[in-house]
Formats: sequence, structure tokens, C-alpha cells
Amino acid sequence: MLDTQPDEGYTTADGRKIGGVAMEMKNITLRFGGVVAIKDISFDIRWGEVRAIIGPNGAGKSSMLNVISGFYNPQEGEVIYKGYRRPRMRPYQVARTGIARTFQNIALFEGMSVLDNIMTGRLNHMKANIFQQAMWWGKAQKEEEENREKVEKVIDFLEIQHIRKTPVARLPYGLKKRVELARALAAEPSILLLDEPMAGMNVEEKEDMCRFILDVNDEFGTTIVLIEHDMGVVMDLSDRVVVMDYGKKIGDGTPDEVRNNEEVIKAYLGVTDD
Amino acid sequence: MPDTLLFAMEAAANGLTAGVMYALVALGFVLIFKASGIFNFSQGVMALFAALTLVGLQSGQIPFAHLINAIFGTRLHYFGFTLPTLAAIAGTVVVMIVFAWLVERYIFRHLVNQEPIILFMATIGLAYFLEGLGDLMWGAEVKRLDVGIPQGMSLAVDETTFNWFGYGFYMDTLELWAALIAAILVGALVVFSQYTKQGRALRAVADDHQAALSVGISLRFIWVLVWSLAGIVALVAGMMWGAKSGVQFSLSLIALKALPVLILGGFTSIPGAIVGGLIIGVGEKLFDFFMGPLIGGATENWFAYMLALVFLLFRPQGLFGEKIIERV
Repeated sequence: MLDTQPDEGYTTADGRKIGGVAMEMKNITLRFGGVVAIKDISFDIRWGEVRAIIGPNGAGKSSMLNVISGFYNPQEGEVIYKGYRRPRMRPYQVARTGIARTFQNIALFEGMSVLDNIMTGRLNHMKANIFQQAMWWGKAQKEEEENREKVEKVIDFLEIQHIRKTPVARLPYGLKKRVELARALAAEPSILLLDEPMAGMNVEEKEDMCRFILDVNDEFGTTIVLIEHDMGVVMDLSDRVVVMDYGKKIGDGTPDEVRNNEEVIKAYLGVTDD
Repeated sequence: MPDTLLFAMEAAANGLTAGVMYALVALGFVLIFKASGIFNFSQGVMALFAALTLVGLQSGQIPFAHLINAIFGTRLHYFGFTLPTLAAIAGTVVVMIVFAWLVERYIFRHLVNQEPIILFMATIGLAYFLEGLGDLMWGAEVKRLDVGIPQGMSLAVDETTFNWFGYGFYMDTLELWAALIAAILVGALVVFSQYTKQGRALRAVADDHQAALSVGISLRFIWVLVWSLAGIVALVAGMMWGAKSGVQFSLSLIALKALPVLILGGFTSIPGAIVGGLIIGVGEKLFDFFMGPLIGGATENWFAYMLALVFLLFRPQGLFGEKIIERV
């Protein structure tokens, strides 16, 4: 039985279709020893939307993303995904349910080329058995062609043709971030989690990244959850925003609603009560 | 053709077969080091243990017979039947896979995210444990291992070379077979790591655990897989060296020969292990042939280590190891 009732969603001002609830976080609490990283937070993510999680340093944003991707298991609360309560899972199992992610401090396979890195994103789409693969026979052949095609599409889309053979370790920071995004995209995820995709970038790189994120959402209809510091970027990109502070949720809504939320202003600007 | 050249060629040919064997032992190290960053000190003992198990299964020995006899006062030693070699090999493979699973389950699962030195220490412990376990299970005496490969001078090589050069090379049949089997195994491993999904996953895990998890790779599965592979490589190495010089403790010391190979080839490169093995094998034979008489012989004992030392000074990542790039 479905734990949540499906609803139809809506259409945004710029004409994108936002679907029903894809994932719902219910009363999530996460503790490390005595430290409470996330305190009783609930929110939902809809199909096709760009959902941002913002907040000052140490607010628990990354922890939240790690809960979604299964890297942390919360002590309390539950995650409802595609209508069903998700059991305790390991990160690789979560990845296999169609949730791809990037990391704040880039986790790429440094020894491999850009192409190989992106190919690893396709691992879960390879079904041929080990002998077929080794012998390049049967199912393996067709599968490899399909995978190559998908990977080429991603490479094209993110405009990284010129570095496809380059070992990742040699790339500058901004391009590494883009390759990481490419690897996540190659998995054709239902939900894409981006942990500070624009951290440490210059203005030009930021603009590029913004454009890619919007295009991914627009063209593939990928649901995107992102964490970002840069308020301007977040407000431009996202459909809805969750604001966290000290592990608590202090705001949730459209960028405009959040911008005018008093608690949010207080957390960001440090207004004192008097 | 001058005699010296012929003798040198003979030495080099023998070096090649020895080199393939070195490469085989080194591969066991490379597999585990690539996937988990663990330098597996117990690789040599794994070869010994695999060979002991193989002999035990083959001859129908009762495991832990000495222990059982000591406790219950019985006089059990053999089941009274023997297994065909292939069945014994299959049985040993199963034992090595179970061993891999146990190692992951009871040792390395608890040491995730520890420093490399801690993992290294754990494998030293494992080496001693396995050595003791092998003795306890199968007894400590020197055993003869016969896997059906003929020994002695290869007449075919002798004849062919005699027809070509008028001088017959001496090569051991067993060593030729060993080289052939090792070459097949090495080829299979290369295909596995380069062309299969599991091979790609293995390389991914070697590079970054977090990233591997995020694309849906199960670390535990990969670890059990590489330890199983290393176990199978150890079995083949143990089998060949065991058939040559008996199954005994000194078998575990072949691991020491793999160290210079690793330094030459790089700890993370499968082709490196192969080329490194060949260079050392041929190098030590030729060096001994040309320089041995001048400096009193027995250079095979130290040549490999000296070569490794030179490499450490000038090319610490080895011939094929990943370049050490430092971005500042």
C-alpha cells in the first residue's frame, strides 16, 4: 500500500511540469553521539522540481543530503520514496534505486580518464554476466553500445568532448565538478543530489554550472536536490527551498516566500531580538 | 654462433619462465593493493596454505587430525580415499573463497577507514594465523605435491634448439608448464580487470570508496572478490612452486621475491607486475651468467633487490604505476 496519496502536481510559470511527491522526509533526526545534526525535519521533493536546501555553515545541509543518499542512517524518522517507506539501506543500494549524487569535495576516480569515470556511472545498467563481458559476446555487445551512446550524449550535453581522454587528476577544479556531474547523469537517475555544485568556482564557471543544472532539469526532467551557499544562485535556480539552521528547519517554500521569511532573514543576517 | 651467446640465450629463456612465476606471485599483491590499498603481507602464506590444502584434499588427509588425535587419543590420519587432482583443485578454490569471505567479514569490515599501516599490521597477524592454521589442519611435515605435470628436462626444447643452433637448451618441463599456466591466468586477469563490469568496479573502488558507493558499487562484494582472486592466484603459485620443491614452510617466502617485482612494475599495475616479473627473471639469470663468475656467483639472491633499490631512487612509482602528481 502506498504511504502517501499521489497528487497531480502543477505547472510552473516557465511552463515546466512538476509532478507528485517523489520523496518525503518524515521527522528525520540524526545524531552523532551527543551532537544533533538534524532535528525532526520533514519536507518533500516533487518529481521534476529543483529543490534547494540552504542554510549557514554547519546547519546540517550536507547531513541531510547524506541521509537521502543513504550515507547516513537517521536514528529517527523515515524516508518515503516512490510512495513506499524505504528500509535501512547501504549507500550503494540507494544508488541502485536511481539516486545519484555529487560530493562537496569532489569524489572522482582520479586514476581514470574522464570517459572511464563517466562509464562507471553506467555500472548499474550493465546486466550481461562476467563471461559475456570478458568474451565480448551476446548481451554484452549490445549493452556496451547502448552505454557508450548514453555516455556520449552526456559528454556532448556537458560540453566536455575536448577532455574525454584526459586523466581526471590533471583537470582544473571547475571541470572536475563538471565531470562529477556527468558521471552522476550517466546513471540516468530519478533524483540527482548535488552537494554544493558551485563551491569554489569563479563567476563564469558558476554561470556555466547554473545553465547545466537548469538544462538537465529541463531536458531530462531529472528531479534535482541541491545544496548551495550562494543565495543568489539558489533563488534563481530552484522551485522550492528548504532553509536549515542549527539542524532545524526554519523555512520551506518558494524562493519568494523564503526570502521574506523573518526567521530566515534572522539566520542569514544575524538580526538580534530587541 | 658463439657459445657465450647461446649460453646467454639459454639463461634468458630460463629467466623468462621464472619471471612469469614471479609475476604470478606479484599479481596477488597487486590485486588486493589496487582494490583496497592494503599491502597483503600474508600473500605468501596464502600460497602455502592453498598448496597444503590441495595436497591434503588430494591425498584424503583428515583436517586437524593431529589435534583430534591429541584430544581423543585416536589415531586418525587419512580418510582412506584420494581425490583426483582436478577435484582437489576445485575444492581448494572453494576453500580460498570461503577464506576470502571470512577475512572480509571478521577482519577488514572492522577496519574500514583505518590508516594503511593498521591494515598492513592486520595482514601480518593474518599471515601468522594462517601459517598456524595450515600446520594445525594439515601437519607441518614437508609434503610432495604431484599435480600430474611431468618434471625433468624438456626433450622437445632440447631437440628444437639443437636443430636450430646445434646446442640443446636445458629447460625444465615443469617450469614450462608453470609459465604457460601462469600466462593464461595472467591473461584472464587482465581481461577481467579491463573489460568486465566487475573489473571496472574494482578499479573504481581502488580509486575512491565514496565515489564507488555513489555509483552503486558494493565495497564488500568487491573486497571478497579480490581476496578470492588473490587466493586463486596464490593457489596456482603454491601449486607450481610446491610441485617443484615440495610443500613446506619456505614456500611462503616466495612472497619476498615478489617485492622487487612490485617495486619495478608499480603496486597498482597488472601489466606492470607481468613486465616487472619478466625483467627480474631474465635480469637475474643474465646478471648471474655474465657477472656471477667475476664476483663470486650466487648473485640471484640479491640482484632483484638491488635492482629494486635503483628503481626506488629514480622512479619510485615503478614502470607502470600511476604517476605521482602533486598539485599545489
